[in-house]
Amino acid sequence: MSELAISLRGVVKRYGEITAVNGLDLDVPYGTCVGLLGPNGAGKSTTMRLLTAQAIADEGELHVLGFDLPGESKQARAHCGVTPQLDNLDVMLTVEQNLRVFAHLYRVSRRDRAEAVERALGIANLKDRRDTRVDRLSGGMRRRLLIARALVHRPRLILLDEPTVGLDPQVRQELWALIDALRAEGTTILMSTHYIEEAQRLADTVLIMSHGRAVAAGPPNELVSEHAGREAVEVFGPPARLAEAEADARAAGFSTRRTGTSVSILRIDQANGDVPAGERRPTNLEDVFVLLTGEQID
Amino acid sequence: MAVPVQQPHLRRFELPAVTGVLVREVINYSSYWRSATFAATVEPTIYLLAFGFGFGSIVSTVGGYDYVEFVGTGTVATAVLFASAFPAMFGTFVKYQFQRTYDAILAAPVDTEELVTAEALWVAIRAGVYGCVPMLVAMVFGLDPAWSMLLVPFIAFLAGFGWAFFGIAVAGRVKSIESFSYIIAAVLTPLFLVAGTFFPLDNLPGWAQTLAEANPLHHTVQLVRGAAFGWAGWTDLLRVAYLVGFALVLWRLAIASMQRKLID
Repeated sequence: MSELAISLRGVVKRYGEITAVNGLDLDVPYGTCVGLLGPNGAGKSTTMRLLTAQAIADEGELHVLGFDLPGESKQARAHCGVTPQLDNLDVMLTVEQNLRVFAHLYRVSRRDRAEAVERALGIANLKDRRDTRVDRLSGGMRRRLLIARALVHRPRLILLDEPTVGLDPQVRQELWALIDALRAEGTTILMSTHYIEEAQRLADTVLIMSHGRAVAAGPPNELVSEHAGREAVEVFGPPARLAEAEADARAAGFSTRRTGTSVSILRIDQANGDVPAGERRPTNLEDVFVLLTGEQID
Repeated sequence: MAVPVQQPHLRRFELPAVTGVLVREVINYSSYWRSATFAATVEPTIYLLAFGFGFGSIVSTVGGYDYVEFVGTGTVATAVLFASAFPAMFGTFVKYQFQRTYDAILAAPVDTEELVTAEALWVAIRAGVYGCVPMLVAMVFGLDPAWSMLLVPFIAFLAGFGWAFFGIAVAGRVKSIESFSYIIAAVLTPLFLVAGTFFPLDNLPGWAQTLAEANPLHHTVQLVRGAAFGWAGWTDLLRVAYLVGFALVLWRLAIASMQRKLID
């Protein structure tokens, strides 16, 4: 009996000449929150669509909740909740009507339907907005409703595709609290994001994707110490000074990354000799992310 | 360790999936029924009144019927077309392209086949109801009621099913909403005009009459006239069979078309 809610092996998905997912392996154990972290175009959303059989893999094996995809996808989807990146709520319906529609689509029995809708309203903290039409809700409320809609049938697995993209910091933190509460209840979560702080705060394990491949996987703190060490030195200055500091650090065997206004020199804690001058700081997941996915935008 | 999910095997085509999609449509309908009903009933009724009284003033009878009765029964097919092909084309396109509704539905345990069938079923039910409006208006202007007219909603439903699948199939193929202009101008308008709605087809050239026999709207018109003025025996059964075949072929085409559009 598998301990994995999601298992992907060697999955490839091509769109014409573009290979969106390129030999991806992914494990999501039951009861954990796994973050798919990667820049735009890394293949995160395609991976999410593969998991609901809205995209069909060209190669590889996919298992979700013990079901083989795409053949048994309908069974798997019955126990999954999906929050899409793009809002696709029925805007002319009320909050409660949206939840009721999805209680039907997810086959919640007639006897349990009212309770399921009430519970979802509670999760979204929208009980006092139940009769409000969706087009009159704020962006944050709509996002909460999208997540609650995915939970109306008490799924075993939740797929969150960029759940906080484009939201204010306050609304983002509100959603983090909601996702964290689900995680604490033991719900299995796969969450794609390109917000590093989001992955670091919420995910038990992070899988960093680049060009359709997994380039690193593990708990956030382990990834940081493995790839960037414990400490970094940040050097500020004009572009010429940054280029010089970067060249010197590399010549001395350090890894570096640009942060726009500065150069970060990594693994300072492992230095045997002179340490470059600059501001010391703890390394973070962003250092790993940029190191592994590249500094240039494709 | 959590136990992997166990449940009975879900079949390829399931009634609860169709019901779920229908529930969504019915609840949504409560927010736009006025405009939908207006569009689907007023336009064919205007055709009926314009042609009925316009041509009716110079043509008193056609094929032995008062012209208003002739047009009143014929425009049932027009109402069905307006209530099925058009909303299916535009509604489907808007739902997958702009609202992304189908992405949400297909993430639930609903497959494309069930989605397409449910969407067309809902359109056909509406067409079955809206299709009767011109006939009811014609009754106000003298069309005699008959018990067999109770079959008209079912004829309209059957024709509406086929046209709904036609609209969905087209929507699944076009790249932009403007492309519907080609379909409306080159396919629907000729079919609508050469259906025997406003004038009998007997005096058309032979080739046009042959083409008209392939027109599902023509068979709809003839079946409605059969219900109103008297059946034509086996011919009418063949017409029903033709509409059933039209719906079945377009059902599979609509599913294939949407499968290509919705599943990468």
